[in-house]
Amino acid sequence: MILWEVLSYAAWIVSGLLLLWIVVDAINVSREFDEELLVSSREGADELLEQIEQEEGAR
Amino acid sequence: MTATSTTAENTQRISMLKVLNPFHVWALGVGIVLVGEFMGWNFSVAKGGAYGALIACWVIGLLYSCVAMIDSEVTSTVAAAGGQYTQAKHIIGPLMAFNVGLYLVMAYTMLEAADALIVGDLMSAVAAATGYEGLSPQPFVVLTIAFLAWLNYRGVFMTLTLNFVITLFAFMAIIALFVGTDPLNPGSVLKHSDLLTELPYGWIGVVAALQFGMWYYLGIEGTCQAAEEVRSAGRAIPLGTIGGILTLLVAATLTWYISTGLMPWQYLGQATTPLYDAASIIGNPSLQVVLFIGTMFAAIASANGCINDAARAWFSMGRDRYMPTWFGAIHPHYRTPFRSIIFLIPIAVSFAFTGLLDQVITFSILSGLLGYTFMSINMIKFRKMWPLDVIKRGYIHPFHPIPALVLLGLCSVVYFATFLGYGASLLSIMAFYIVASVWFVMRRYQFVKRGDQFTMPWPRPKGY
Repeated sequence: MILWEVLSYAAWIVSGLLLLWIVVDAINVSREFDEELLVSSREGADELLEQIEQEEGAR
Repeated sequence: MTATSTTAENTQRISMLKVLNPFHVWALGVGIVLVGEFMGWNFSVAKGGAYGALIACWVIGLLYSCVAMIDSEVTSTVAAAGGQYTQAKHIIGPLMAFNVGLYLVMAYTMLEAADALIVGDLMSAVAAATGYEGLSPQPFVVLTIAFLAWLNYRGVFMTLTLNFVITLFAFMAIIALFVGTDPLNPGSVLKHSDLLTELPYGWIGVVAALQFGMWYYLGIEGTCQAAEEVRSAGRAIPLGTIGGILTLLVAATLTWYISTGLMPWQYLGQATTPLYDAASIIGNPSLQVVLFIGTMFAAIASANGCINDAARAWFSMGRDRYMPTWFGAIHPHYRTPFRSIIFLIPIAVSFAFTGLLDQVITFSILSGLLGYTFMSINMIKFRKMWPLDVIKRGYIHPFHPIPALVLLGLCSVVYFATFLGYGASLLSIMAFYIVASVWFVMRRYQFVKRGDQFTMPWPRPKGY
């Protein structure tokens, strides 16, 4: 049936476009921003626990 | 909500966005798992019969209840992406952390591949039902992975909001099927009195069934990967995780009750889509459509959650230099671990293209099991090194150390059960992780900044 063949081709094309968009965007971001900024994130403690500790410290 | 922050040294930093709430956490955990209710769990029926499958459902339910409680307590204090990897890094040490990180990435990437394969196979089945035989599942497998990777790349809020909607639909499909079986009149639709038999292979069959009982719950521990992006992780992670395991216990029991009341164990044990088959037996076309969509949604939600979790585990390992730091980058606009998401796409597609669904799933289950074994040891060490009065927890699990010991005991039994059915796979997976560990110790650990690894504001551990 032609419908399923069209759907198969459409799936390949849409997949290709989505993946291309991701890769192009990643390359642009890597060029546009400093590498040190991109890898600058740090693990953080939960703000709720910090808040509880601050409240207990104030008492 | 955190944008970029400026530190005391006046250097700018990017962090992930704290935009999630407990419903997103629930959607992440239950979303990864629920596909196991629609297919896969029923292989336990082939091993242990209907009653054996029920024992597996509840015994493994106990295993995962321990996992959920332990995870909730530790993650409520270790609010960082990477989940169990980050916990291992803080509580046990670098080699365990490396292995746990690898278990997570392999378990979720394999599961993602299996989910995409399911979507492709469902499309082929629909094509066959409409008269087009032999439709290749591959374009739909790639489309599933590509679309979900794109969604994950564009931001965590939309990704997990979609997961919430489709997971809720899939769960409600199970409830609708249960209502459709007229449960208030036993014997009218459900024929348990005729279909339930004695254990076909005795108690050894029940033990063998335990491995497949994991399909009901595999992946609920993935909730803690959201810890760095959820508001008030200390409260939201335990709420989402405990809510998730309760949802799954209900869904698993209903799934068993419906299926074993409609199909003989000999058929049920080898069925591909048991819940859809149950809807077909009832003969209600609307329920059939709902269950088909539910199956599709459950597979998509699972793949979506797996991409989210695998990328965050890989990203965390990159951030700590356990893997190249290049993977530890965050997208400046979308605030997602974009390079890790991209890196894992071809790996997932490669696994999916093998078409070996059972082998891929077995690898995923074994990697998960290794992670649970670590969690029991981790919990005992965590309470010993940082007792309850030393650091604050958002959640404290009851009856310690019983859940940790029960978890360790049940993991040992499931290893034995897995060895009975997939001995070669179990040994080859163990060999893979041993080789990877040797590589880490000999080659990679020299790049790890040891002093930077311990990031939690905890006091010096007891005894150190």
